[in-house]
Amino acid sequence: MTKETDAKIRPALFEYVLALGDDRLVLGHRLSEWCGHGPILEEDIALANLSLDCLGQASGLLKLAGELEGAGRSEDDLAYFRDETDFKNFKLVELPRGDFAFTIARQFLFDTYSLLLFEQLQKSRNETLAGISAKSFKEVGYHVRHAAEWMRRLGDGTEESHRRLQDAVDEMWRYTGELFDADESDAALVEAGYAADAAALKPKWEEMVTAVFKDSGIVPPETAYFEGGSRQGQHTEHLGHLLAEMQIVARSFPGAKW
Amino acid sequence: MDSVEKQEHILSLLQEVKDPELPMVDIVGLGMVRSVEVADDFITVVLTPTYMGCPAMKHIEDDVRRVLQAAGFDHVNLKKVYAPAWSSDWISEDARAKLKEMGIAPPLAGQTTAQLLIQGGSDNIACPFCDATNTELRSAFGSTSCKALYYCHECHQPFEYFKCH
Repeated sequence: MTKETDAKIRPALFEYVLALGDDRLVLGHRLSEWCGHGPILEEDIALANLSLDCLGQASGLLKLAGELEGAGRSEDDLAYFRDETDFKNFKLVELPRGDFAFTIARQFLFDTYSLLLFEQLQKSRNETLAGISAKSFKEVGYHVRHAAEWMRRLGDGTEESHRRLQDAVDEMWRYTGELFDADESDAALVEAGYAADAAALKPKWEEMVTAVFKDSGIVPPETAYFEGGSRQGQHTEHLGHLLAEMQIVARSFPGAKW
Repeated sequence: MDSVEKQEHILSLLQEVKDPELPMVDIVGLGMVRSVEVADDFITVVLTPTYMGCPAMKHIEDDVRRVLQAAGFDHVNLKKVYAPAWSSDWISEDARAKLKEMGIAPPLAGQTTAQLLIQGGSDNIACPFCDATNTELRSAFGSTSCKALYYCHECHQPFEYFKCH
């Protein structure tokens, strides 16, 4: 139960859960931009489904974050009334949706990470986080399978689809490093049994990603430089534009009900 | 009525509340009602969402209130819990039969897609019309979050599959 969570742990767990919620809120918004623009009807529906799952997960996580913070902020307050530098989502999820290959590659890389993360978080000592993770783990299983099938189809498809997919993977690779970073406060949460050890997820992630790259004929990028700082509120110029669109109605009419 | 009878009465009333996206099954059969607590005139119904982002949840909550109020229960408290997470294994045998009758293949018990991805293996979905397993996944995402689209190569019918969660 939330209230049983150690008082000393609460501020760190609030930041941790907030970041998890932000990742899914921002990615869900990016996916929603495809609604009505999917390349075929089934994919339009699939991308909207993925978006809905992300927003559902974000809503549960941000609600929990608000409870852990204990300052009376609801999930909507956290989603709509924070500024860019208060957001903790990874830069990977805020990058513009690009073409269909870019969207698929991002889903594949992020969802594979998400699957392994939620598998671990089902064991969190915070019961609500464990429950949300158990549910989300099952949902993300379908996301990974969907993305992996499209990776193979595009990578092993035409010359153009292969080129677009390889370009997408090359472009976003440098944003994947920080998925496995942890700071001191994260380490304390892992130690206390509340959070997942991000670094420990990496070997399995690499194994799953490499296997699909191999099937798809995608060459794994070799990058020396990796982006960082997202969890400290550093972002690309794209997040501000996304938030402006996502938050404008709530900020123009605060407290509005319909 | 003592509180046990009241509890049973309320559970039978809740069977009138259908999932708006699957009107052939009720929320008790789907395993969404985790418990009913009775304390004098105060009723607490504990619900768990089938999906984190289930858009039908609000609708279902409103229906629960409506049904119970119509039966004279004025103090109804609804609690939404995420833990333990809902599982498609909680769907009753009766509800599974109703899904199949309506042409929706019921979820396989046990291993989820997420587990299969990590451990390897595949799932084999039987056609709800002819029971053949010579079927093919057409789209993992269908008209609602809980369903996928399949095609049967024996009877040449497209059908929906209630995903294992």
